[in-house]
Amino acid sequence: MSTLAIHNGRVIDPALGWDGIADVVIVDGKIARVGPNEGDMVVEADRIDATGLVVSPGFIDLQTHLREPGYKYQETINSGTLAAARGGFTTVCAMPGTIPPMDSKSAVESVLREAEESALIRVLPIGCITIGRNGERLAPAGELNSSGVVALTDDGKAVADPNLMRHALQYSTQFNLPVAQHPEDPSLVKGGQMHEGWVATRLGLRGRPASGEATMVARDIALAELTGAHLHICNISTASSVGLVRAAKERDVNITTSVTPHHLNLTHELVAFNDSYEQIGYKTNAKVEPPLREEKDIESLINALADGVIDAIATDHSPVSAMEKDIEFDLATPGISSLETAFGLSMNLVHEGHLDISTLIHRMTIGPVRAWNLDKRESNIGLGTLMPGAVGDVVVIDPNLEWTVDSESFASLGKNTPLNGRTLKGLVIKTIFSGNIVNDFLG
Amino acid sequence: MTIESNRKQIDKKNDALSLNQWNHHNVLDLDDFSHTEIVTVLSLAERMREILDRRIPRVPALRGYTIVNLFFEPSTRTRASFELAGKMLGADVISVSASTSSIQKGESLIDTVRTLRAMRADAIIMRHEMAGAPYLAASHTDASIINAGDGAHAHPTQALLDLYTMKRHVGDLKNKKVVMVGDIAHSRVARSDLWGLSKMGAHVVLCGPPTLLPRGLGVSERPEHAKNALPSVQIETDIDKALRDAHVVMALRLQSERQENGLLPSLREYAENYQVTSTRLIKAQPDYLLMHPGPKNEGIEIASDVARGDRSIIEEQVTNGVAVRMALLYLLSGRVESTQISEGNAP
Amino acid sequence: MNKSDTQNLIQQEETVLDAEAIGRTLTRLAHEIVEANAGIQDLVIIGIQTRGTTLADRIGTAIEHFEGSTPQIGYLDVTMHRDDFDRDGLRGTPLPTELPSIESKNVVLVDDVLYTGRTIRAAMDALNDYGRPREIRLAVLIDRGHRELPIRADMVGKNIPTSRNDTVRLNLQEHDGSDAALIRYGGQEK
Repeated sequence: MSTLAIHNGRVIDPALGWDGIADVVIVDGKIARVGPNEGDMVVEADRIDATGLVVSPGFIDLQTHLREPGYKYQETINSGTLAAARGGFTTVCAMPGTIPPMDSKSAVESVLREAEESALIRVLPIGCITIGRNGERLAPAGELNSSGVVALTDDGKAVADPNLMRHALQYSTQFNLPVAQHPEDPSLVKGGQMHEGWVATRLGLRGRPASGEATMVARDIALAELTGAHLHICNISTASSVGLVRAAKERDVNITTSVTPHHLNLTHELVAFNDSYEQIGYKTNAKVEPPLREEKDIESLINALADGVIDAIATDHSPVSAMEKDIEFDLATPGISSLETAFGLSMNLVHEGHLDISTLIHRMTIGPVRAWNLDKRESNIGLGTLMPGAVGDVVVIDPNLEWTVDSESFASLGKNTPLNGRTLKGLVIKTIFSGNIVNDFLG
Repeated sequence: MTIESNRKQIDKKNDALSLNQWNHHNVLDLDDFSHTEIVTVLSLAERMREILDRRIPRVPALRGYTIVNLFFEPSTRTRASFELAGKMLGADVISVSASTSSIQKGESLIDTVRTLRAMRADAIIMRHEMAGAPYLAASHTDASIINAGDGAHAHPTQALLDLYTMKRHVGDLKNKKVVMVGDIAHSRVARSDLWGLSKMGAHVVLCGPPTLLPRGLGVSERPEHAKNALPSVQIETDIDKALRDAHVVMALRLQSERQENGLLPSLREYAENYQVTSTRLIKAQPDYLLMHPGPKNEGIEIASDVARGDRSIIEEQVTNGVAVRMALLYLLSGRVESTQISEGNAP
Repeated sequence: MNKSDTQNLIQQEETVLDAEAIGRTLTRLAHEIVEANAGIQDLVIIGIQTRGTTLADRIGTAIEHFEGSTPQIGYLDVTMHRDDFDRDGLRGTPLPTELPSIESKNVVLVDDVLYTGRTIRAAMDALNDYGRPREIRLAVLIDRGHRELPIRADMVGKNIPTSRNDTVRLNLQEHDGSDAALIRYGGQEK
């Protein structure tokens, strides 16, 4: 019998409404007890002193590109889950845009087998909406569901054909699977390299208009309303999309949504500028889809995250190789390696007073769990909470620790971040997955 | 011509040209040029014009300096202009045509630039269909990079030759109304001209159909802290309004693919609404100047009689282009000494 | 003065031609030029930028006094033809060149100080680009010796023995406010 006692931390569990100094005791990989001085009663335990630190359920990411199989030069299940553990994540949902894509039972099972071998934390697979993510024929959702996928998405490719999307949504209802869309209208954003606006004009880059997102969000909400299916909007990035989702939720449309830490904190200006407006650059590490937007969008996203219109923070961790970024901007692969900076960057919102820390933890724990019903399987009971009997996934956080981003020290193979050299405030000190310490900053 | 003779009076022996204000190792765009640096280039170009007019327009100033024209996009005039400029200064110039279809991986651009540097290229003149490519090149070599056009981003040497040509005719550009008409959104010339003209204090008007105007140029489209991040400019969709009292009118090339991409109903409709014609130019200043960065489509963005008329300085732009590029190469080729070397204390 | 005190030697500047002497010397050079050319027929006097151009102007004025008409005057900048500036990666500032036709003319190049001869070589190279003169002569106000090329002046205002470490400078009214030829001793030659 292995026992771990996390002593004297400020325990925050938004699902259970806890916020106070307490001990958390994990026995045999499950949460055993939480309460003041509970740790004192355990005799033969490994102890973590969390005095002055925050203790919460491990984070859950709805959108992680682990890249395996097919792109092992960008990331592997092993390196990606190590990066996740460093960032405080104990569960990641693996995006299906691999080679082969997750459009069959055998593909999903092979990922699960590999995860069994080399993952440091829990990996939940996501299946494709269409075969080969080609947007032409529906992938076998039933087969995917029975092999364990938690949602369906065509990853970075939106399903362009409205009729096909309607059928995908309709068909999914029998399995209660969310259909997740990265909503950008392919025709409106064709050839676009960054957000359409003054920075794109200054750089001479083709823009992706904000309306490219809003039009597809509007369409998909209408289709969700028509079918009653569960629609999830990934990577929401614009004020107008937020408005559409907010209105849809008020009408009780079955819709959930998630936002990335970078869309909550960074603007399109980062592509071109550092400190001065006199010197421009073409920073491919800030190239991401959907693109970084404007301040007014950020304001709207933060409000929606605070009031729950946005259910979850999802990293959209997209590691790519140096070769794919050290290249002409038009040719550079979009994406940000974000698992290891997600919490520190998001804490910015707390330090600036836009969000309280328990709301932030909510959006990184129980928020994503409820958005996709990730706790519906017996093995995942209590996921995202510290209730007794729940999986023993816990993080210990120093919310005030300042650290400087150095992508060369990332566990992820993807060193692509626009945050290099930036000081963030807030770091996950320890990540405990099923009772085992998988990340120990001080050790 | 009066303007010409006045100019010579001033320049006769030794005007205030001073090259020690020059701080550039690369020429990527005019956004990071100071007013003084632009003036330096234009004054030096005037000296280079004199060389161009010699019986044998060739000096050995850049002997031993190696220039590579690296063009990823076809170009006749810019490439020839740089080649002649280099040769007239006695540099060795070679031209490399690279196609982006054969260079699909970014490390190849970096590799290419590094390879050329390893062969002792001192300056690399780069034309690329993708915005920002010269910036990537410049960050991977210590050879001087001159941007000869990158996507829809910038064409700084064209802008400098435009400024030089305007300055020769109108003198000080401060508060002069310069109108650019046409496909602003896709024009790297318009972008660089906008920077150059605004640094020289001109009043710039951009005119074109709404589908060919870029977003974000209006001050209201930028947040307060970034309001100086782009030059201020007047946007106009009505050409007759735009041309009113213009000192300089520049028609931009309209590419037929704009029609194919659905940005315009037809070239004919474009010509009807936006062609620079003599009738429309009646509203401009009587001694307006007509310019075009070339190659021009007469009968589309500009009427033939206007393009070949007596207010047109389109051909002079081409000659001046060589002079301006000579000036830039001369400036880039070495640290400039602030005082004149005289035989009395030569080493 | 303590001659072993190098600091003092460097600071020391001595006038080798005063304003009056410069005026007399230029007048004499003007006469020599006209005499060598047997009049001002086909004569083109070309001053080398910067001070040579002023000297050319003054010689032209002097000639006008005793001949009654001015010879043709030109200005030549040789910055782009020099072979010595870019040893240090330096570039000089080019100045305007303005020449009358020199085709089959008798050209007299005028410069202030003749030293290594490299400026004159550059000037002759440059002239080649403008045409083919019948002959080129050289007139200088001061010859300080130490030639590095087989070049000599046809007409010399004053010969001044110098060391290579010395600096010879000509001040002219038009540039510096007054006329004077100065030498600054740079210490012992190594």
